[in-house]
Parts: sequence; structure tokens; C-alpha cells
Amino acid sequence: MIPGSFAYHRPKSIAEAVALLADLGDQARPLAGGHSLIPMMKLRLAMPEHLVDLGRIAEIKGIRAEGGDIVIGAMTTQHELIVDAGLAGKLPILRETALAIADPQVRYVGTLGGNVANGDPGNDMPAVMLFLGATYHVAAKRGERRIAARDFYQGAYFTALEPGEMVTAIRIPVPPAGHGHAYEKLKRKIGDYATAAAAVILTLKQGRVATCSIGLTNVSETPLWAEEAAKIATGSTLDAATVKKAAAAAEAITSPAADNRGPAAYRKKMAGVMVARALARAQSRAA
Amino acid sequence: MSKHQVTLQVNGKTVAAEVEARTLLIHFLREQLNLTGPHIGCDTSHCGACTVDLNGRSVKSCTLFAVQAGGGELLTIEGMAAPDGTLHALQEGFREMHGLQCGFCTPGMIMRGYRLLKENPNPSEDDIRFGIAGNLCRCTGYQNIVKAIQYAAAKLSGASVKEAAE
Ligand SMILES: Cc1cc2nc3c(=O)[nH]c(=O)nc-3n(C[C@H](O)[C@H](O)[C@H](O)COP(=O)(O)OP(=O)(O)OC[C@H]3O[C@@H](n4cnc5c(N)ncnc54)[C@H](O)[C@@H]3O)c2cc1C
Ligand code: FES
Ligand code: FES
Repeated sequence: MIPGSFAYHRPKSIAEAVALLADLGDQARPLAGGHSLIPMMKLRLAMPEHLVDLGRIAEIKGIRAEGGDIVIGAMTTQHELIVDAGLAGKLPILRETALAIADPQVRYVGTLGGNVANGDPGNDMPAVMLFLGATYHVAAKRGERRIAARDFYQGAYFTALEPGEMVTAIRIPVPPAGHGHAYEKLKRKIGDYATAAAAVILTLKQGRVATCSIGLTNVSETPLWAEEAAKIATGSTLDAATVKKAAAAAEAITSPAADNRGPAAYRKKMAGVMVARALARAQSRAA
Repeated sequence: MSKHQVTLQVNGKTVAAEVEARTLLIHFLREQLNLTGPHIGCDTSHCGACTVDLNGRSVKSCTLFAVQAGGGELLTIEGMAAPDGTLHALQEGFREMHGLQCGFCTPGMIMRGYRLLKENPNPSEDDIRFGIAGNLCRCTGYQNIVKAIQYAAAKLSGASVKEAAE
């Protein structure tokens, strides 16, 4: 299993990287952790002529607070998300989601930027970015722009990124203190993508849901933001009847493919089950 | 095709070599450096038999290009025993606790165990199982691998207690 030949480039700055991406055109791909791209290259499902390794660009690493937002450099690894004490306090959903990804070796190397830019519906971070209302900072030789995560995913492996563009950072608004969170992922084994997964974040006021957001992973060509399900949950005490309705509303927007994780009807049903579990766990964690 | 000069530390020695961009780190180790301890157990980055320690992280050397490791510090199973042949506590643990049968997964297991114990010198059984989740073993059922890592944890912490007392 040997990848096809390519030319390797290792820029030291964003400016150098976007200049390379502009010059090399659509035959060039950024290389982040390589843990989605290299397996595809080994199978010759991807055969880029040029790889632009983002691994030595210091300015796109690290986690910082900026106003009410947390800004995470694209080359920050999943492992770094897990061990960051600040994130664990303010955005514990990221740690919980990162821990549900693959295995330790993959998490040491795989990056947040690669996970969100990849466009694989199986990736776990995009649904989380959707339901948190994150924004991606995108650089190109012609200038910078920002793309809302909710506008980014257009189909399987099809995103709003244009040739020559790279994601430099992910900006996430910090959810209110006291919120409850949960990422529920059903998988057959460690290292597997989700059969179905749901992310929930909610706040409580006098025992009732005051605000709620729900995301779904791997039950459609793109990650999903389950607005209707969250609307149903809001204002309730999350009694059994409401949870059932919210789960049904989430199931209704899914369109999973049948694969060796199960038939489509099963994966749809599991999306609802994951929503119900995530709602319960988030509720138990909310102040 | 592009060729690149890489220089890196491998098991404490400086190695300089020319690699093709597409050369995977595992092939560089096995075929250019004759370090055949790291194994290739799958085509899909799942088995962990190729695990080595690079810059303080356990990595699957089948899913990195050798050129990416340039400038880095690499440790493989060949670098674990002392120069006089004294086994590392993990190697001793795998021998004493019957942590291997065919031995195919063992170099990867030991290298993963090495980093796990650096980060968490006193892991619970659950910590160990979660920590070696990226390494598959088709023989042992894992129980004795967990015991081997526990053996090494105890030995290593005992040794450091003794050193601190001296
Ligand atoms: C065994 C195994 C199991 C896995 N299980 C899971 C799982 O359960 N859940 C999950 O979410 N992921 C899983 N993954 C994938 C892993 O999390 C990847 O690391 C991640 O999807 C991609 O991140 P990367 O940094 O490795 O990106 P790469 O593989 O380097 O890049 C992925 C794609 O994104 C592009 N890209 C990367 N960075 C940028 C950027 N900054 N700007 C623009 N484009 C960019 C690349 O050109 C490429 O097309 C698994 C991987 C393996 C090997
Ligand atoms: S050879 Fe199987 S993970 Fe590397
Ligand atoms: S001892 Fe045979 S694969 Fe682990």
C-alpha cells in the first residue's frame, strides 16, 4: 500500500502556504495530520500531485480566548483539545467529542482543522461546530474570509472551500456558564465512525430548558443541525413525551445510507436514540 | 516525484538519508534503516503494529511520510533495551506476565505502553485499556497485556522511588 508520487512542500507561514496553493492550483492539497488523507492515498483513492504540509506553520497552532470566543488554530491536534485545561472548563463538549474519535495514536496527530475541512460525513467535529455556531477563518492568496460552519458543508467531501483556500482557525462562541453538554456516539468498536451520533448543549432555568442546540453526525451526506428538535425541547422539563417528540423530529431530517453499520432505517432510529440519551446527559450536567 | 534529504534522531543516533516524498515512515524504518521491529499489520491505519514514538507522541508510522518526521526524535522497539541488553521494564513485563503469544503486535504495544506510562505513570486498568485502544492483538485477549503494562508501571515507579531516596 504505497501512495502515488507527489511533490512535497513545507511552507513556514500562512502567506507562503497560500502562495503555493494558488500557484499549484487544484492539483495541490493541504496536508494536516494526514490521518484522513494518507489512508486515502494508500488506497489510491486520492492521488494529489502536490502536498502542502501545514505542519510547520506555527501561527495556525494553539488555543486562545478572544472576546467571548475561543479561537483554535487549524493545526491544533485532537490530543491538544483533550489536555487543554481552559477548554475543559469553557467548552467541555470539545474534549468529550475528541475522546470519541479513533484512538490515541490518531488523536495525537489528527487536527481539528483537518477534521472540519475534510468534509467526510463520518467526522465527529463538524456537527459540533454546526450546533455551536462556529465560524471558520479561511485564507487564500487573494485575501481572507470567514465561513459559518452552518454554510460550509454542501455534500459528502464537498465543502464551501475553493481551490487555493485553507482553513487557518476555528472560532467558537463560548456557551453560557452552567450549560450542560453531551456527545453520544454509537459505534461498533473503538476506531469506528459513528453508526449515529448526537451532540447536545442546553441551559436550564427553574428546571426547564431555556436554550438548546442539537447536532447530528453521520446520518446524512453532511452533518446536521437539528433546529426543530431543539425547539421542541426548549421550554420543557424534558419529560418523556417531549423527548420522544424531539427524537422523532431529529430522525425526520436524517437520510443515512445503509452500510455495514446497519440498514438505513436502523441508523435513522439510532439518531433519535442518541438524541434522547444526549438530552438526558446534558440535562444532568446543567447547573 | 520529489526526493528529500531528512535528518532525524533514531534511537539516540543521528540518521541522515534521502527519501522519496511518498515513502511512508514504516517503509523508511524497515527497508532503509533495517529496523524491522515496527510491523505492518494492516492497510487501513487500524492495527497499531507499526507504532513508534515520535517527538513524545505514539504514532502509527504507516500513516506518516518519512519526510514529515525530518528533524524529529524517534524511538522504536530496537531502542528500548539498554545497550548491555538489559530489558526495559515493559519488555520484562511482557515476558513475565505472558503478554505475548505470536508477538506480532508486541513492538507496537510496548511503544504505546511506553508513552502511556510517561503520561500516566500510575494508570488504572481502564486507563490502560483505553490507552491501548489503537493497538490490536489477535492472540492474547489483552488480559496479559494489561498485566504486563501494570507490571512495568509498578517496576518503574518503584525504581524512581528508590532513586529519589538515594
Ligand atoms: C483508524 C482511524 C479512525 C478514525 N476515526 C475517526 C472518527 O471516529 N471520527 C473522526 O472524526 N475522525 C476519525 N478519523 C479521522 C481523523 O480524525 C483525521 O485525523 C481527521 O479526519 C482529519 O484530520 P487530519 O489533520 O488528519 O487531516 P488530513 O488527513 O491531513 O486532511 C484531511 C483533508 O482535509 C484537507 N485539509 C486539512 N487541513 C486543512 C486546512 N487547514 N485547510 C483546508 N483543507 C485542509 C486535506 O487537504 C484533506 O483533504 C480516523 C482516522 C483513522 C486513521
Ligand atoms: S500497519 Fe496497521 S496501523 Fe500501521
Ligand atoms: S501476540 Fe499475536 S497479535 Fe498480539
